Amino acid sequence: MPYRYLENIAIADIAFEAYGSSVGEIFIAAGDALTNVMVENLDVIEKNTSKSILCDAESLEMLLHKMLDELVYYKDAEQLLLRVAHVDIVQENDTWRLNAQVYGERIDPVKHELNVDVKAVTFHRFALEQTAEGWKVTVVLDI
Amino acid sequence: MKLPKSIKKLTDNIWEIPESYKAGMNVPVRIYASEKLITEMDEGVFGQISNVAALPGITGPAYCMPDGHWGYGFPIGGVAAFDPETGVISPGGIGFDINCGMRLIRTILTVDEVRSRIRDLVDKLFKRIPAGVGTTGFVVISRDEFREVVESGAQWCVKNGYGVEEDIDLTEEKGCVAGADASKVSASAIERGYRQIGTLGSGNHYLEIQVAKPVNIYDPKLAKTFGIDIPNQVCIMLHCGSRGFGHQVATDYLHTFLSVMGKKYDITTPDRELACAPFRSQEGQDYFAAMKCAINMSYVNRQVILHRVREVFSDVFHRDPADLGLHMIYDIAHNTAMLEKHIIDGTEREVLVHRKGATRAFGPGSTSLPAVYRNSGQPVIIGGSMETGSYLLAGLGSGEQTLFTTAHGSGRTMSRRQAKKLHNGKQLQHDLEERGIYIRTASYSALAEEVGEAYKNIDDVVAVTENTGISKRVVRFVPIGNIKG
Repeated sequence: MPYRYLENIAIADIAFEAYGSSVGEIFIAAGDALTNVMVENLDVIEKNTSKSILCDAESLEMLLHKMLDELVYYKDAEQLLLRVAHVDIVQENDTWRLNAQVYGERIDPVKHELNVDVKAVTFHRFALEQTAEGWKVTVVLDI
Repeated sequence: MKLPKSIKKLTDNIWEIPESYKAGMNVPVRIYASEKLITEMDEGVFGQISNVAALPGITGPAYCMPDGHWGYGFPIGGVAAFDPETGVISPGGIGFDINCGMRLIRTILTVDEVRSRIRDLVDKLFKRIPAGVGTTGFVVISRDEFREVVESGAQWCVKNGYGVEEDIDLTEEKGCVAGADASKVSASAIERGYRQIGTLGSGNHYLEIQVAKPVNIYDPKLAKTFGIDIPNQVCIMLHCGSRGFGHQVATDYLHTFLSVMGKKYDITTPDRELACAPFRSQEGQDYFAAMKCAINMSYVNRQVILHRVREVFSDVFHRDPADLGLHMIYDIAHNTAMLEKHIIDGTEREVLVHRKGATRAFGPGSTSLPAVYRNSGQPVIIGGSMETGSYLLAGLGSGEQTLFTTAHGSGRTMSRRQAKKLHNGKQLQHDLEERGIYIRTASYSALAEEVGEAYKNIDDVVAVTENTGISKRVVRFVPIGNIKG
């Protein structure tokens, strides 16, 4: 798992760090860390539905935040548990554009061992950093 | 936790952090807590509440209630008032779950009458009130009708057979804050929320069947005013909010505020989660109108859940809900920003009061209270952990010191991950049943995260509110049945 949950930040909520050797990997890892808060075993999620998440932002960091927001949105709007398969990111002048291919299926309480609901992706301590090994993001989710 | 060096103990239960604690603070911080509670507070509380004290236009101290704990933006338990002309509005001072709140319902049933049917009651409530991740409710309406719902609030429920006029009178703000404008809400927020009316949600949201034992009636006269006058009377308490709709409204406007805060209004905050805009700016007013839609959605959500409670009790006892005395005591939010009149520096002024995990608690005589409670003070509903009990308090005149605000719950002391490591949900369910608390849950791991040990002692929290005169104890409830999100 290229992510770990943090014990001592915002104790009523859930915080995690995700890691990737590339920008693509960090987007996939952060998506999995978020979805894994809601469902115990990600491997149970089948590829019954696929979607493209398109968004743009003024920075790579905000682009990642917006993608995570979209995963939370689809959980309520279409009752979907989603994982990120692949991302295409381009920078045009001051704008970063994302096309994320995501897949998943409708929530089934019998099939999916559900945990807690994610209400939102907060900005508290939210930070995407380039490290010697690649990329790291810190995220606090509102539960 | 090591306390800030500059903290001063003003009284046994009130602490002050001066403006010198951190650069940029405009006002001091006041924390309401006993020595035990303040030493148990996590470090995030002091940093976060002092950040609040640095926001533009704050009119008095930034307060933290005794159940305060580390959140994002404001701490949970954070309270602050802003000048409408010079101050700001911040989604991080309200929370993503706009109008997360409590509803308390009384019955004329006693524990002996309910105990033998508790499994049936809890099982049926669990079936009829969806809980957990991504659930939808039984109310089927169009997106356009949902827009009407969030503008008209709980009155919509009465018109559509999900409640009676009396319920409206006993809901804070009569179940509808004026000025809600659905045109200020994104299509995403509508899409996220329009099928979620009547759902409980997850995390610390629950519905509980409780008992008021005679030994736990602290003020019989006030208890009688609030409708609790039968020995071992059964009540139902529920805790939930505006669901995905409110979460999306907050998310949308956080992004809006972040994009204009610095560039357009030259405001910087130490935590992006405190993103804000001048209250009188277009963005500030748009958020205020959208947030009011989410406040109304939440009143509607809890009203529809009350309707389900009445159906289930009627079904199980084969009696009409009115025969079972299923009346509301009160419904109150603990995540909002409201324009209210308060005495600030000796003068009555209108201010924008942010309360995040803190409950409004008007004292006797307040014209904002329903006539039946005008002389008693406002009922305040404090949810405890599923193991330890909950409280009904009353607002006091001396609550003016905190803008008529008190605690909202017991407050966490242990992280969710830690609680899940130490406890097994199925075992906990079994142990609690042995102790006379029958629980159904949408998720065993979520249940483990809500173990009583993860929370502060609610008796300690409530005692501070009474000792400082911001609310007084009326009844303590103990649980006998619970459905968990």
